[in-house]
Amino acid sequence: MNFEDSPEEAAYRQKVRAWIAANAPDMSHLTPEERRPWQEGHKEVASKWQAIKADAGYGCISWPKAWGGAEGTAIDEAIFNQEEARAGLQFNYFTTGLHMLLPALLEHNKDEVSLSLIPPAIRGDKIWCQLFSEPSSGSDSAGVRSAAVKDGDDWVINGQKVWNSGAQISDYGMLIARTDPDVPKHKGLTAFWLDMKTPGVEVRPIKMMSGDNELNEVFLTDVRIPDSQRVGEVGGGWKVIISTLMNERAAFGSVSGLNWRDTMKLAKQVASWEGTAMDDPAFREWLADLYIDAEAVRLLSFRTLTSLSKGTAPGPEGSVGKLLWSGMAQNLSSQALDILDHGGLIDDPASALMNGAFQHRFLWAPGLRLGGGTDEIMKNIIAERVLGLPGDVRVDKNVPFRDIPRGR
Amino acid sequence: MNFDYTDDQKALKDEARKFLTGCSPLTVARGVLENPAEGHDPVLWARLVEQGWCGAAIPETYGGLGMGYVELCALAEELGRAVSPVPFASSIYLFAEALLVAGSEEQKQALLPLVASGELLGTVAVSEGPGVLTDQAVAAQVIDGKLSGVKVPVTDGLVAQRAVVLAQGASGAGLYLVDLTGPGVSREFLSTIDPTRGAARIAFDGAPAELLGEAGKGMELLSRVQDRAAILIAFEQLGGADRALEMARDYALERFAFGRQIGSYQAIKHKLADVFVKNEVARANAYYGAWALSSDAPELPLAAAAARVAASAAYWLASKENIQTHGGIGFTWEADCHFFFRRARHLALVLGAPRDWKRRLADRLELRLAAELAEGN
Repeated sequence: MNFEDSPEEAAYRQKVRAWIAANAPDMSHLTPEERRPWQEGHKEVASKWQAIKADAGYGCISWPKAWGGAEGTAIDEAIFNQEEARAGLQFNYFTTGLHMLLPALLEHNKDEVSLSLIPPAIRGDKIWCQLFSEPSSGSDSAGVRSAAVKDGDDWVINGQKVWNSGAQISDYGMLIARTDPDVPKHKGLTAFWLDMKTPGVEVRPIKMMSGDNELNEVFLTDVRIPDSQRVGEVGGGWKVIISTLMNERAAFGSVSGLNWRDTMKLAKQVASWEGTAMDDPAFREWLADLYIDAEAVRLLSFRTLTSLSKGTAPGPEGSVGKLLWSGMAQNLSSQALDILDHGGLIDDPASALMNGAFQHRFLWAPGLRLGGGTDEIMKNIIAERVLGLPGDVRVDKNVPFRDIPRGR
Repeated sequence: MNFDYTDDQKALKDEARKFLTGCSPLTVARGVLENPAEGHDPVLWARLVEQGWCGAAIPETYGGLGMGYVELCALAEELGRAVSPVPFASSIYLFAEALLVAGSEEQKQALLPLVASGELLGTVAVSEGPGVLTDQAVAAQVIDGKLSGVKVPVTDGLVAQRAVVLAQGASGAGLYLVDLTGPGVSREFLSTIDPTRGAARIAFDGAPAELLGEAGKGMELLSRVQDRAAILIAFEQLGGADRALEMARDYALERFAFGRQIGSYQAIKHKLADVFVKNEVARANAYYGAWALSSDAPELPLAAAAARVAASAAYWLASKENIQTHGGIGFTWEADCHFFFRRARHLALVLGAPRDWKRRLADRLELRLAAELAEGN
């Protein structure tokens, strides 16, 4: 057990820390509101920063040089992420493309056109989104109904996607469609990539309960794409879904958002019966419980790194970490509102303590427990894949997709 | 960076598990449960002594094997898993650590080799009854080298030959070494919620007491000793919590209701997934504690409090949900579930309750945040 950097890791950390300090983009012109994800100003800074990183070889550290990466280790990449977080530079616009979709694309497609998609993605010039979920295919991710029908050398796609993060600003998407409704649901799926400007693709932003727009609906009407944009085999879409999700789990580790430090800083500013909220024994007990979970999230990411550095597949800590940090986000934002008492009601960034960050988080947190696999799905994964408990009774397992009962 | 035991440590842990599977099945704990006056299993204890476990982390200069603390953590995890009824924690995590933290060179030379060889069994006697242990609450007193007062409960107080006792001295509370077999000491059996870890009420009446560490620094020294013990005990808790979860999992696979395995219902699956998550939180914090202990890192006090709070919560959840998963049979004397339930609470109280440790954790977090702000992070 060793939680310290090796001499090489320490040297790398020192190097990237200095580099980040010298090259970090200026965010001082942005208001607190503009600094929130998915705001125009925030996104502009993120793109600029991604290009600066790409020029210096930090755009996609662990990728092969042939694809524009630096062939660094997973540890290097994690150290760089930690140092970015330390400098307050955490942007999620490129994660879906660089860490989930494009690795899966390159695993299945080695052609020139697919390769040409990589460099602009690494520079942050092109953004990718995932077009997997549908109105009746959320946790049941193989329940996709959007249909792709072969027409000569092309495919014609009709259907609807939903909960697509960043689709409103994306240039490309990776899409799962049903190519055969006469076989059981997992077997009739196929993956494609497409330009979001293809005729027939319509993005409609979803206003979330926090008031932000990260998620979208995407309507597909007679969208025609060539067979060369197919990813993997016809009927091999489920495999592609699985490899992107595996990449997602491996990409967890550096978690953004408010933490125990921020909560303590807030508590020290808020009056209580005696002194500040920080002096309240009930708050202190709560803080101890929060801290052990926060430490677990931090330390479990080290376990992922240990696995990666030994060349073995990361274990179940991805699901454990996801459950913990999303629950923590809700727990700490709710607690912060409590100690603010009446002041917890105020979410105006101009007058609320810490620019209303906790109120904003409070309204965002329910989505964190849903996106990227719900609490319930994470628990199923742990129960079935780790503890070896039986899968649920599946009434749709060996039934042709078109015969599966459906609600509204 | 290595979030794991090394290969050598894993081999040691595997050997320890095989050894305890052979000589510390739950029937051994049951034997002590049925004869609580024993307080421990002397045959099992003799086997552990024979294996040299007592000296595992004690430096070679003091007659130990000097293997290191991560190795001791590995042994602790296996002892916890086996719910072994032995006085190992009292003698090794507490008594030996108290000598290492506070003892003079002479005291260490005189006593540690005896602890390492298993010839001497030690414990600590701090509590004087219900409520949080504070400086002012200590009534036991040493005057002219003679100790008077009552300590209760003292885990392993019946079998130990020496104790480190917290008592008031001329300059405040201090730690004192007392020979429990000597004059002025009367001990009586005390019934507790975990009879597999025996305890005593000890009355001192002018018992000879020798100062251990600086006079008047008892609470501070005790806190340092407890930090070290907290990490080792966290591994016992982790081992027990893992096994309680495995028991529940195994039962959920073999028990059928409404025509299928109860483990196929999400009510059970999600419950056990919650237990797994808590165990992982405990493991992460315990591993970090093991690293801090083995490298004597400045993070030790914070890591120790976090390990203790996390491991106490995990064992509690795992042990109660193990009973719940078993249903009625889990509530019987005959079933093994209550060993874990009893031990979980014994371990959570024996160094001070989680409530107390959450308070220590918050204090230490404040220090850490202040230090970070001073560094400009």
